[in-house]
Amino acid sequence: MQGDFKKLSEIKLGESAVIESFTDDTMKLKLLEMGCLPGEVVTVTRFAPFGDPMAIAVADSMLSLRMSEAANVLVSVRS
Amino acid sequence: MIKRLKVSLVGNPNSGKSTLFNRLTGLNQKIANFPGVTVEKKTGSMTINSGDGFDYQIDITDLPGTYSLYPKTLEEQIPFQVLCDPTNESHPDVTVIIADGTNLKRSLFLCSQIVDLKSPAILVVNMMDQVTKSGVEINFIRLSKELGIPVIPMNARDGDGIDFLKKAIISKITVPENDFIDTALFAPEVVQSIRQSVKLNSNYVAFQIANNIDQISFFNDRQERRAQIKEILNRHGFDHSIMQASETLKRYEVISLLVKQVVKAKNAIPSKEKTFTKKLDNLLMHRFWGYFIFLAILFVIFQAVFAWAAWPMEMVDEAFTWMSIKVHDAIPEGVFNDLLVEGILAGLGGVVIFIPQIVLLFTFIAILEDTGYMARVSFMMDKLLRRFGLNGRSVIPLISGVACAVPAILSARTIASWKERLITILVTPLMSCSARLPVYALLISLVVPDHKYLGIIGLQGLVLFALYLIGFIAAMGSALLMKFLVKAKERSYFIMEIPVYRMPRWKNIGYTIVEKVRVFIFEAGKVIVAISVVLWVLSSSGPGAAFKDVKSQLETADPADTQLQNHLAAEKLRLSYAGITGRAIEPIIEPLGFDWKIGIALITSFAAREVFVGTMSTIYSVGGSDEDIATVREKMMAEKNDKTGLPQYNLAVGWSLMLFYAFAMQCMSTMAVVRRETGSWKWPLIQFAFMGVLAYISSFIIFRILS
Repeated sequence: MQGDFKKLSEIKLGESAVIESFTDDTMKLKLLEMGCLPGEVVTVTRFAPFGDPMAIAVADSMLSLRMSEAANVLVSVRS
Repeated sequence: MIKRLKVSLVGNPNSGKSTLFNRLTGLNQKIANFPGVTVEKKTGSMTINSGDGFDYQIDITDLPGTYSLYPKTLEEQIPFQVLCDPTNESHPDVTVIIADGTNLKRSLFLCSQIVDLKSPAILVVNMMDQVTKSGVEINFIRLSKELGIPVIPMNARDGDGIDFLKKAIISKITVPENDFIDTALFAPEVVQSIRQSVKLNSNYVAFQIANNIDQISFFNDRQERRAQIKEILNRHGFDHSIMQASETLKRYEVISLLVKQVVKAKNAIPSKEKTFTKKLDNLLMHRFWGYFIFLAILFVIFQAVFAWAAWPMEMVDEAFTWMSIKVHDAIPEGVFNDLLVEGILAGLGGVVIFIPQIVLLFTFIAILEDTGYMARVSFMMDKLLRRFGLNGRSVIPLISGVACAVPAILSARTIASWKERLITILVTPLMSCSARLPVYALLISLVVPDHKYLGIIGLQGLVLFALYLIGFIAAMGSALLMKFLVKAKERSYFIMEIPVYRMPRWKNIGYTIVEKVRVFIFEAGKVIVAISVVLWVLSSSGPGAAFKDVKSQLETADPADTQLQNHLAAEKLRLSYAGITGRAIEPIIEPLGFDWKIGIALITSFAAREVFVGTMSTIYSVGGSDEDIATVREKMMAEKNDKTGLPQYNLAVGWSLMLFYAFAMQCMSTMAVVRRETGSWKWPLIQFAFMGVLAYISSFIIFRILS
């Protein structure tokens, strides 16, 4: 089933996707609290100058996370 | 009649909590630490007249910002401890929750957790001006009914809504009747067993205890109870990460429905703040201009701290010289006079003189933080700093370290990963703090000629810049080394919110600075003055007949014969307790080019580095009353090496001393803070040894090369 999903770290600048699930428990709890819930739309708004970390817009706020962290978030791209 | 009430303020970071706190308490604030941890505890008070004959004295505690009750960092432990543990000394009668109206969903998450604790609470929905501007309407009556607690719209910046809040605080608040969500459903047996075992207000408190059994101080005196509950958890296979995730999802599910009911976006206008933020970010986070602007800002800060502060510092210096002379003349000659002028006043002057620099530096740092810029800098620097085992958030401690390592190390608390936080704490003292500045200034003026290149760039200024650079390079190099030596306890992460840009709240900044200065004067000041007095005693008394003999010779000597006077004063110092100590360590420091007088300064500098200058003036002017640096400088310049007969302070000794001060851990306060932040003496001692070895080797090498 995971085959249909992409990692958040693979989403390109300016593109949006829907959060599906998380592959890391600690990260999951932290992200859930901050409003990154399954079903929410995330938009990749910026990459730091060396390509890492990334900034995402989700649920009225802008969050930053490292690429290694974003790799733990599985998303589906809307067509 | 006066009634007392305890109130806690709690809310997400950037929700306007400090603004509200300042609004309520004004300057009636105190900063201390929560017991056992160095998390800042801001408390304040206000009086409310209820109009029916009662005066309410309200004690307010500002809890650190948090997104949920689940503690993830040291700071987030505090709201959890205070709110979930009814025996905590700060446990409130009323909890005031501050929500960011522009991000209601996330704010309601924390709010709903507090509602389920079933203790009196009030929700304040802040930033209503922006909510209204973006065309959004919130049905507060409905919201209040659904949550079961009073809800107050507010704009804390202008003070709108403050009076309603005050009224609400003193009115009888009933505890919410219904659970927002019933957490007992997730683990019925566990919640029930815990509630049978200890008396608690709600199912949710029991659920929280189950999740954080090791963190909650509630059971610190009742370990057998803790073991009993742990046994319950084991028996039922309670998995707290599954439990927390289920709770979070359930809460957001209910909140989403609630928000749909109470929030109406009539004609949603894209918020101006967000559009502006995006435009500004395109510039400030640009791959080239972003770094360029950051460097330019740093440059301005350095210029300000060193150039603008010079004038007020001179005034402070002159004021203290004037005072010393006045006091010296007003009180009869004698031990008391000497103690007052050479011990206490000299020590006080050494403290007060740093205030202009501290005020300037903290003003800049506070503005950068308050506007939201620091979060961007952390974002831009994370990848670079990560290579050195640090974290984007290490930027703030490293920059603050230029002022003082103590608050800098405290600001490392926002780094969630233990390893990155520890490395930041360990290397921050290598950044050249403001206490090193007087030492550098004195030594540079002694050994570096006042050349000018291209008419404006001074050699002395360049050397000063080089010393700061050396400190920074040493910090990064050490971090890299420690990255391979320190074991990671958990994976590091860098999930943080990037807030929209906001105008700095000048009042908040003002309060921050007043507090920092207050802490500096009373905390650091105490130590510095005490050391000055001790040093004065040690250098003006000594054992045995030889010291007494010289002392009486000095008292009866002809005041006009300055040569004899100076000779006897130096002899007296040599025989004093301080002199004996200095001579005892001379063999160790001799390879670095230091003599016993410098030895005394090295020992006393351990109290605080700037004591070096004071010590030098005490050593070279015991008997005189002039504390002016210029005269110390002249005396040091005239000082001859006992063995060679050449000037003692030559280029080699000067550089050796400067490098020693750049690297050595000569600060008790820093070590004390590192001990508290890391929980044991292990790390400060490692740090002390590491920095000491680094200092000794560098000084030795530079001394050999230059001499």
